[in-house]
Amino acid sequence: MTAPAGTQPDTAPRVAARARRGFLRSALTIAAKDLRAELRTKEALNASLAFSVVILLLFSFAFDPTVEETRALAGGLLWLVFAFAGALILNRSFARELPNDCLDALIAAPISASALYLGKALANWLLLMAVEAVSLAVFGVFYNAPWTRQWWPLAGVVALGTWALTVVGTLFSALTVNLRLRELMLPLLVYPVLIPALLAAIQLCGPLALGEPLASDMMVWVRLLVGFDLIFTVLALMLAETALVG
Amino acid sequence: MREKMLIVFCVLAAILLAYNLYVILLVLPDEAAQGPIFRIIFFHVPAAWTAFLGFLAAAVASVLYLVRKDLRYDAFAVAVTEVGLAFAAANLVTGMIWARIIWGIWWTWDARLTSMLVCWLLYAGYLMLRHAVEEPTQRARIAAVFSIFASVDVPIVFFSIRWWRTQHPQPVVWGGGSMDPAYWNTLFLNWVPLLLLGLAMAGIRLRQERRRRELEALRRMAHAL
Amino acid sequence: MNALDLDDVWKFYGDFPALRQIGFQVPEGVCLALLGRNGAGKTTLLRIVSGLMRASRGAVRVLGADPRDGAARARIGVLGHGLALYDELSALENLTLFARLYGLNDARGAAGRWLERIGLAISATGLVREFSRGMRQRLALARAFLHEPDLLFLDEPFTALDDRAVATLQELLRQAVRDGRTVVLSTHQLREALELATHVALLVRGRLAYFGPRTAEMLEDPSWLYRRYGEAA
Repeated sequence: MTAPAGTQPDTAPRVAARARRGFLRSALTIAAKDLRAELRTKEALNASLAFSVVILLLFSFAFDPTVEETRALAGGLLWLVFAFAGALILNRSFARELPNDCLDALIAAPISASALYLGKALANWLLLMAVEAVSLAVFGVFYNAPWTRQWWPLAGVVALGTWALTVVGTLFSALTVNLRLRELMLPLLVYPVLIPALLAAIQLCGPLALGEPLASDMMVWVRLLVGFDLIFTVLALMLAETALVG
Repeated sequence: MREKMLIVFCVLAAILLAYNLYVILLVLPDEAAQGPIFRIIFFHVPAAWTAFLGFLAAAVASVLYLVRKDLRYDAFAVAVTEVGLAFAAANLVTGMIWARIIWGIWWTWDARLTSMLVCWLLYAGYLMLRHAVEEPTQRARIAAVFSIFASVDVPIVFFSIRWWRTQHPQPVVWGGGSMDPAYWNTLFLNWVPLLLLGLAMAGIRLRQERRRRELEALRRMAHAL
Repeated sequence: MNALDLDDVWKFYGDFPALRQIGFQVPEGVCLALLGRNGAGKTTLLRIVSGLMRASRGAVRVLGADPRDGAARARIGVLGHGLALYDELSALENLTLFARLYGLNDARGAAGRWLERIGLAISATGLVREFSRGMRQRLALARAFLHEPDLLFLDEPFTALDDRAVATLQELLRQAVRDGRTVVLSTHQLREALELATHVALLVRGRLAYFGPRTAEMLEDPSWLYRRYGEAA
């Protein structure tokens, strides 16, 4: 052997390999893996969808869609549905790595903990959006809400609000992954932190869900959502390593 | 914190409180619009200030823990958070009493009270999280990360709820307009005993935490033998 | 450069010291058997060097770098207690995932080649949850060795392996040693470990009780080490 024992020469394939392990690449590999695994079993997805339909039904009993006053609240209700049904998916996020100690293998792999976190957040975001799209359709039917008139701003608000839910929920999922009361703790921890974002999303979806455009003084809520998303994304990426590695 | 210091704090606090109560209840005249119940503000507002100090100190301690990995910072964080939580509860209760007396309703969705309620929930979550983790080093790390998130969230909560209330105004607990300078003095003066009390409580909690850690370590060692 | 360099390493769980003053150097090309009773600290030590947790005190260098350094981790293979396989993914998907994470050039190709090597090529597209235990064990071995690591950390790898998997593991380890790779494995199975080992370390209640070359005495009577150094705390 020409190379000294135990060291491999820094050949072209190795250098290329290093570049290939880039941050975004690793994150996307993780996201693809999570999506593939979830789409194959559809456990969390189905549970979340079923749960959201049930909640919408219950809300329809409490907030009668045929009464004009309660129709006006309807957009806000959407976010309660999203938040509760979403908790099921967020909980699975890091919990799915526990059987067979897969989480250890991922942490030991040469991807940064932030990339691992980002990949999972991306996958969660897409799964949540899928559940929300279906919920929106059901909501439109139950409440006779013409949300399609404002579907473009609505999609934007839902995307931003869902990212807020995802960013905080995924990080807390990482934080609580080894705790025995994980399922109970996660919603209890996430929802209070999320209150500003939920407040903004609820205010914005009130008119949008009923097909009405946003008044100019509502823009402050959009700014709040964007600010919240930015601040907590940065914070989560910074703390991902601490959350996952003891 | 040494026992002597704790006792000194408590005695000082008691003396100041006694004096303040005398001033508040007997010397100061009634406020024009609000009547006698206005005096509760001298506890309501400093309680909030003390709570915020506690939460800020907890945030700093959490960051320091993550940097230095010294469990004493973690003990400090939990002690000041608990004290902060107690004073936040005091703020909420006094606010509710006020609202009930002045407007006849317990909860008016006032921006500050609502925000304080959210803060209380955040830090109650912190304590619950700590209870769910057995191992001390892991507990300190997880709690510190959550504490940082909660602290960053607090100002955002206050802004968002204030904007919410400006769009849909409701009766406000203590309009916060101009107040007689005499009142401001008493307000700050009453903050001192509350702070001393808070420091004493934190000190007691710190000692308890230290003893608890020692016990846990001894137990583990006993098991390992 | 040493493959593994530990200097005054301590690990505390609260105030309880799980590892105390651990210091030793493992040169490259060595096969180190890490011995010790349950609770002695073997798993804790391996988790620290694998980058899964941080030491409370002391310096840890793995291939000259911090255990959390990405470039170092790319050259390390880890096999823990769990198999680290995704039940809902296929064998090929599992190996391809890790090949990609470790930055291998042709992830799919490498995965396919390893499946042939461990005799699972036919079941490449089968989901892991349908595999027998032995098949999963062999797949887990493939995952650990997939990226040709220069340094291997194995935590009780022989535990509960079936005969075929044991044979596969022994062949892989012998080949690794021949290739000049460094292996650190903790075990209770003294016989298999001591055959492969060039060096031995014994942990007793968190302390390093013995570190040195594997001698003939140890091979003849594996429990000699425990008797000689066992109760030294």
